[in-house]
Amino acid sequence: MDNLLNAVVLLLNFLVVPALAYGSQLALGALGVTLIYGVLRFSNFAHGETMSFGAMFCILFTWLLQSWGVTLGPLPTALLALPFAIIATALFVLATDWLVYDYYRVKKASSLIFLIASVGVMFIMNGLVRFIIGPEDRNFADGARFVFTARDFKEWSGLAEGLALRSTQLITIVTAIVIVAALFWFLNRTRTGKSMRAYSDNEDLALLSGIDPGHVVRIAWILAAALATIAGVLYGLDKSYKPFTFLQLLLPIFAAAIVGGVGSPVGAIAGGFVVAFSEIGLTFAYKKFLAYLLPAALVPDGLVQLLSTEYKFAVSFVILVVVLLIKPTGLFSGKTL
Amino acid sequence: MTETNRPVLLFAAMALLFVATAAIIGLNSALFALNFCLISAIMALGVNIQWGYAGLFNVGVMGFAATGGLTAVLVSYPPVAEAWAAGGGGILISGLLTLVTIAACILAYRRMPRGLVRNWALAAIILVGLFVIRYFYDPAVEAIEAVNPATSGFLGGLGMPILFSWALGGVVAAGIAWVIGKISLGLRSDYLAIATLGISEIIIAMLKNEDWLNRGVKNVIGLPRPVPYEIDLQQTEWFINLANSLGINPVDFSSIYVKLCYALLFAAVLLIVLYLSEKAIHSPWGRMMRAIRDNEVSANAMGKDVTRRHLQVFVLGSAVIGIAGAMLTTLDGQFTPTAYQPLRYTFLIWVMVIVGGSGNNWGSVLGGFLVGFFWLQAEPLGIWLMQVITAGMAPDNPLRVHLIDSGAHMRLIVMGLILLLVLRFSPRGLIPERTSRAH
Repeated sequence: MDNLLNAVVLLLNFLVVPALAYGSQLALGALGVTLIYGVLRFSNFAHGETMSFGAMFCILFTWLLQSWGVTLGPLPTALLALPFAIIATALFVLATDWLVYDYYRVKKASSLIFLIASVGVMFIMNGLVRFIIGPEDRNFADGARFVFTARDFKEWSGLAEGLALRSTQLITIVTAIVIVAALFWFLNRTRTGKSMRAYSDNEDLALLSGIDPGHVVRIAWILAAALATIAGVLYGLDKSYKPFTFLQLLLPIFAAAIVGGVGSPVGAIAGGFVVAFSEIGLTFAYKKFLAYLLPAALVPDGLVQLLSTEYKFAVSFVILVVVLLIKPTGLFSGKTL
Repeated sequence: MTETNRPVLLFAAMALLFVATAAIIGLNSALFALNFCLISAIMALGVNIQWGYAGLFNVGVMGFAATGGLTAVLVSYPPVAEAWAAGGGGILISGLLTLVTIAACILAYRRMPRGLVRNWALAAIILVGLFVIRYFYDPAVEAIEAVNPATSGFLGGLGMPILFSWALGGVVAAGIAWVIGKISLGLRSDYLAIATLGISEIIIAMLKNEDWLNRGVKNVIGLPRPVPYEIDLQQTEWFINLANSLGINPVDFSSIYVKLCYALLFAAVLLIVLYLSEKAIHSPWGRMMRAIRDNEVSANAMGKDVTRRHLQVFVLGSAVIGIAGAMLTTLDGQFTPTAYQPLRYTFLIWVMVIVGGSGNNWGSVLGGFLVGFFWLQAEPLGIWLMQVITAGMAPDNPLRVHLIDSGAHMRLIVMGLILLLVLRFSPRGLIPERTSRAH
């Protein structure tokens, strides 16, 4: 019985909890991609860099607050800086819309032109981030490190395996739930949210009903910037902030959005968790887990790791390929919000 | 300036730039820039085939170029007999088993009825296959990497002349492009972009981690050359005589001579690719491609198989990129996976095509030369610019130090700006595509 419990705790500690946190971050990122796709009809390649940009602003504001001696006690100061970072990122994103995308929208350019423009924006943002904060690794999580440590858990339960919950993991999951609930309330209950859904569903009909397209587009960018900033900050708190990781995060985020069905918010969330659990599940070494469950003679020699961790992206890519082959519209097939 | 004069003038200006570089900085660095530009121009032609002819957006140029580079290593490097003896068999068996697993998956997918049973069967085949493959693969890799890890530790190549790899690099890149295209073409247009982004990241991750294949980040150096070595030339009699009669120091002349040989080889390839591209675009096939690009629906209604044509043109363009990738590795004489950065290998090539004029082969070549040339000069220029801007500040001023250190990141911003500005204000590029209405 103890062995079974130990095995379960092992999985919880190294697979389920990290995957829940990572999945929440991906889901928030994918929601932003899906929102922009639903309203503006293009895949925004600059979304990863928007996350990076938001996280950078958050770090700068955190440093400012810390230099004033303001902290949040056990919680990271970054949470206090987050609203300011969201405002700064949203302003920047609105500026890019005004300077870059607005022209093509008026011209009714093809979605591919938007996509290329977004690649241009991506590189400019990437350059700005490296220019402002530099390419180094930044760790900006302060406050309490753990909600409970592996040692606490072992003493409490008397098991050989420990279960730790880092405060950043708990914050990630709780924030993601709150944000997603707020987003769904906004899309389904408020007038602006409903007009966004209408616009995404049928642009011409929405225009005929007197919906202001400029307003809808602006709200979509602000929401995308907010989601991206939150996702970027949570990712940075949970791991650490490195400017170059965000280009690599683009692939799992797109995979999550496509798995769920681009344009579908529920799909984006489901997709985020599908990608996170597959990525961590396939790169997890199951040897110790099997050792708890199997008789000693049957335990394999190797690590029982299906894929080495360097090929994390390959997992998102394979998921992407499978979805494109079998169900290109995604799990929650939909083009509308 | 008339339509026909414009390209001639632009190319003349480009030639003048090289002459000026040769006169001011030296012939050696002018030739270095020329070789870089020749290869860039071929890559730009490849992207132009995809984007200019068919409107396909490939974000994975880097992956195809790296594939070409890997082919250069695998073709030219002499085989490491010890490593083959240690683990060659294991690698071959696991390769064979991979094929068997894939075949079993396809067979199960085709033969079994749709449903939950088939999905579980597929998952089981993949899982069992993965474990069996790794049973042979892991010890083989360990054995290979244990053979002289400091100098080799990989299987080596075929030991054939490196020139073969140029053609073969194109073939391998075309094969990868076929798989990617087969999966993502015919769906929404941005799926190709996302899929190519993914495959290029995976190719680079593989090149960095599969040490048995190409030594990973330890790099393969000393690839054989298609041209003579400087050191040999300096000891050859006719060469010393030639250098003396030209009045140049034999040591300097040997370096110039080698670069000239490369330039001739690259120019020959460029001319062949350019000739074929021009022939293709002015043929009925080229008109069909443009018709598909400009209006997919009506081309489809005329009975053109849009998805198949897209696949064809995507494969062709990727093959050209693969050829250029193999040539670049040949020029470098070494293979360094960490050198493959999306900015340099994907994005720069895109800027070349868009600045030069998408849809026009001459435009892409000009773009390759012009953007390639300024890319090489940008770093010294950027550092110089930063030093001028900050000249008034104290040498240890933190802002000055930061600005000078960040000079290199300016490239990202400048390239992004060029792309956005050209896309907006001059979307047809320097040498616009010639449509029948224009003349």
